[in-house]
Amino acid sequence: MRDSLLQVRGLTKQFGALRASDGIDFDVAEGETHAVIGPNGAGKTTFISQLAGNLRPDSGTVRFAGADITALPAPRRARLGLARSFQITSVYPDFSALHNVALAIQARSGHSFRFWRDARSDPSLLHPAKNVLHEVGLGGRSQVLAGNLAHGEQRQLEVAMALATKPRLLLLDEPMAGMGTEESQRMIALLASLKRKHTIILVEHDMDAVFRLADRISVLVYGRVIASDTPERVRANEEVRRAYLGTQA
Amino acid sequence: MKLRLVLWGLAIALLVALPPLAIALGQTYYIDLVRRMLILSIAAISLNLILGYGGLVSFGHAAYLGVGAYSVGIMAFYGASAGWLQWPLAVGASALVAAAIGAVSIRTSGIYFIMITLAFTQMLYYLGLSLAEFGGDDGMRLKARSQFSGLVDLGDPVAFYYVALLLMLLSVVLVYRIVNSRFGMVLRAAKSNDARTRAIGFSPYFYRLAAFVLAGAMCGLAGALYANHTNYITPGLMSWQQSGDLMFMVILGGMASTAGPVLGTFALLLIEEVLKGWTEHWQVVLGPLLVLSVIFFKRGLAGMFWKPDA
Repeated sequence: MRDSLLQVRGLTKQFGALRASDGIDFDVAEGETHAVIGPNGAGKTTFISQLAGNLRPDSGTVRFAGADITALPAPRRARLGLARSFQITSVYPDFSALHNVALAIQARSGHSFRFWRDARSDPSLLHPAKNVLHEVGLGGRSQVLAGNLAHGEQRQLEVAMALATKPRLLLLDEPMAGMGTEESQRMIALLASLKRKHTIILVEHDMDAVFRLADRISVLVYGRVIASDTPERVRANEEVRRAYLGTQA
Repeated sequence: MKLRLVLWGLAIALLVALPPLAIALGQTYYIDLVRRMLILSIAAISLNLILGYGGLVSFGHAAYLGVGAYSVGIMAFYGASAGWLQWPLAVGASALVAAAIGAVSIRTSGIYFIMITLAFTQMLYYLGLSLAEFGGDDGMRLKARSQFSGLVDLGDPVAFYYVALLLMLLSVVLVYRIVNSRFGMVLRAAKSNDARTRAIGFSPYFYRLAAFVLAGAMCGLAGALYANHTNYITPGLMSWQQSGDLMFMVILGGMASTAGPVLGTFALLLIEEVLKGWTEHWQVVLGPLLVLSVIFFKRGLAGMFWKPDA
């Protein structure tokens, strides 16, 4: 295997008697799409929060692009190139779709202690922002307030904001959550177009999406990774079948 | 958009025309009243930057009004009455105090932020009470108005009025530019969605602190003007009632709107003025009026003319 972009070793997080992360080892290679699946309560959100920097692990290390980022807060990790989307839609409802993305562009173009020039009409922000909106299929909706977008469009906007920071690793937390079939298909197509161009960690319940998109799948059960392999082998894995997939796979 | 500019033009024309009109009608008292409104507008505009656009509910903004006023008063007391020296120092001192208070309080949020900003301001209030040399709770008379090398004489009510008007308009423009700049977008974004703002790579703390210091500095200028306006400085300037009044001006006028704090200040002081003419128990009437206004004008007075910016 090539050098991992993200390398997690012995990640442990305890909430009272509950061990939400129990010695997780996890690797993501540059360019791969790595899905994380697991039943409800398996500790997926806790795991993602520790990767994004919203939660500090009790022990273990997280290395990203060769640097130890275990102790870094979320904004620092974002500036290093670790972008995330949220399970529960998280956009700026009072800003237009365009300004949502422009703000993410702004985040990667140096400090923002600039007090005078109007940022809302700055072509160096709006131009790249428009391109990203086109890329995710929201090109025609740029002037709509994010709060007035349909649910599926808001999820697309989240992906756009993550992309706009020019990330080295995309951390997508259930991008299909709450979507209808048609919206899901559109999102799967979008993610398929991002695959290869980006390194992606995909946390998802939609097995259809996971098996269509993932190069590797890690299965999380009770805070432990019980399997981490190609989709075919994970599908065939007895332990995984028992713990999670049941009859649907 | 165009309507906004027309309304602003009308309002400015009215304010410019007021002193000659008042003199012609023999009602010079109104020059004084509106000058007070203009000065307190600057304080409300500065509070709107952090309260309206930043979501920082500071219940201690009067502190900077006090620091600015006492800076001028104390310097005049020691014979340094050059405004060129006094006013920048008043602004600088307020900025420093805001930096100290902000550095601690912005680490908290919600009700804790409200209480901690209130607590700091109460400390300054009691400090003012205990300064026997500077009048203690009686306050101190301003020895001499700020001197500007004979350029403007603040002793001339009309000249001082125009100084206040100019500085108020500059404050409006300054805050308008700030909230629409890159800095302002981050500040408003952090108010709208803190987690998202951190996730794209901004640390909201530093942006909020910078806004807090800017607001403190601007309110310090209002304090320096206010000392010259009343000629008298009391610790009451830093009381929690004064902080509450400033908050109310912003909320009544419309948070996160350009004209809101100015409208709110003028409306509150005007209502106060009218009610005082009727009854000495004017606050009994004002209270329910304020409650009703919050219920019926959710976007504040500015919301009647246009939608707030964010």
